[in-house]
Amino acid sequence: MSSQRKIRILVAKPGLDGHDRGAKVVARALVDAGYEVIYTGLHQTPDMIAAAAVQEAVDLVGLSIMSGAHMTLFPAVQEALERRGVSDLPIFGWGIVPEEDKAALLEGGVDAIFTPGTPTTEIIEWIETNVRPRVEG
Amino acid sequence: MTGARAPAGSPSRVEEVLAGDVAQAARLMRDLDDQIPGAVDELKRLYPATGKAFVIGVTGNPGSGKSTIVDCLIGRYREQGLRVGVVAIDPSSPFSGGAILGDRIRMQRHATDPGVFIRSLATRGHLGGLSRSTQDIITVMDAMGNDVVIVETVGVGQDEVDVVSTAHTSVVVLVPGLGDEIQAIKAGILEIADLLVVNKADREGADRTVADLAMMLDLRPAEAREIPILKAVATRGEGIDALVEGLAAHRRTLDQEAEGRRRRLERAKTRLKDLLRAMALDQALARLEEGSGLAHLVQRIAERELDPYTAAEQVLADLFTPGPLST
Ligand SMILES: Nc1nc2c(ncn2[C@@H]2O[C@H](COP(=O)(O)OP(=O)(O)OP(=O)(O)O)[C@@H](O)[C@H]2O)c(=O)[nH]1
Ligand SMILES: [Mg+2]
Repeated sequence: MSSQRKIRILVAKPGLDGHDRGAKVVARALVDAGYEVIYTGLHQTPDMIAAAAVQEAVDLVGLSIMSGAHMTLFPAVQEALERRGVSDLPIFGWGIVPEEDKAALLEGGVDAIFTPGTPTTEIIEWIETNVRPRVEG
Repeated sequence: MTGARAPAGSPSRVEEVLAGDVAQAARLMRDLDDQIPGAVDELKRLYPATGKAFVIGVTGNPGSGKSTIVDCLIGRYREQGLRVGVVAIDPSSPFSGGAILGDRIRMQRHATDPGVFIRSLATRGHLGGLSRSTQDIITVMDAMGNDVVIVETVGVGQDEVDVVSTAHTSVVVLVPGLGDEIQAIKAGILEIADLLVVNKADREGADRTVADLAMMLDLRPAEAREIPILKAVATRGEGIDALVEGLAAHRRTLDQEAEGRRRRLERAKTRLKDLLRAMALDQALARLEEGSGLAHLVQRIAERELDPYTAAEQVLADLFTPGPLST
């Protein structure tokens, strides 16, 4: 039987703010690029995101953050992933993130941050070069 | 790479799945869906430990409220102390091959419940591949110790209908006001439905739809099996008690009667034939590639040098004969 690894990406919207247009635009672009996107909707707690990432065996976690709470939400999701034993899962995000915060998040282990105005093609390109379907060693 | 080849002393992935390890089970499901060689060997070893879970299919038109109903069912079964697995299927894009899998949105309140395992699955469009992946994932969920496995799928294509007909009990979800559409879909739904749910009964026309469905059912031969019609407002949890009871009642008929045995045999037969078809095709194509290849044969047929029947016969003859190829 012919095997076919597909990249699966979890797209989540943590935090309290109530609109998910930004998340949906990126999710759509990922689908158009041929990825399977598990979309979990609004108001996700970090542990809900981590639990879904484990159950869905995704290759990548993407967070849409518009609320300005990125400096707490990213580390919280990273910790939740670690508690559920998948700290090595790549994680990226998009939203309004000032340059110095971005540098700090990348320093803290977030793999990529995209700010508004970035064409979605750039996100796809980043995934193509940096994310491989996971194979357990 | 897989648990089957784990270093001595550490448990194999098969053992971890049997012990209920969520992360390992999820990875095995992924490998099965991706058809990674070796994953099937692990499935073979899980198979004897399965057959215990009650498998419920939930199908219906897009947006009819399937996920909301599944969310309610998860809640009820959890109250009964049962462990629940969900396979939520959404279509892949025929253009990009990607998919947006959004059924989890309606089930988020169960996201961190250790007794609930939700797995999204894309149809991916390969022939018979969907039911194979679904069956494999159900097998893994069963082996992990889930008592109930719910499969949600949009009931539009034959592939999806095939999936639901492999469930023990199938629920078809409709909404009020279908009118003439009911006529169009009736053949398909009556074949697979064990229970009909008219959801969104808070909308106008629910009673009318129930009456229309009842009339349709009356037109069947007298000995046809009974199909209950239930009303529900899933967003408010209304009608879910009756659904849970209807599912339990149907399950009792399966436990007791020859019907249960008949269905078990029917499912096993479908499964075997599906696999034979898929594996024979894969092997025939592989054998063909040892020789002149598929493209060459296709070209000869297109140019009328060879008819497709003779070509297929030759490929099959080669498949079962060792040695040099005739095509
Ligand atoms: N008025 C009303 N709306 C409902 C009811 N049940 C579900 N909905 C709404 O219908 C919409 C679709 O519900 P889902 O549960 O996602 O439907 P689905 O059949 O799973 O949809 P797909 O998976 O996209 O095919 C949501 O906005 C629900 O809130 C109901 O009983 N009454
Ligand atoms: Mg749904």
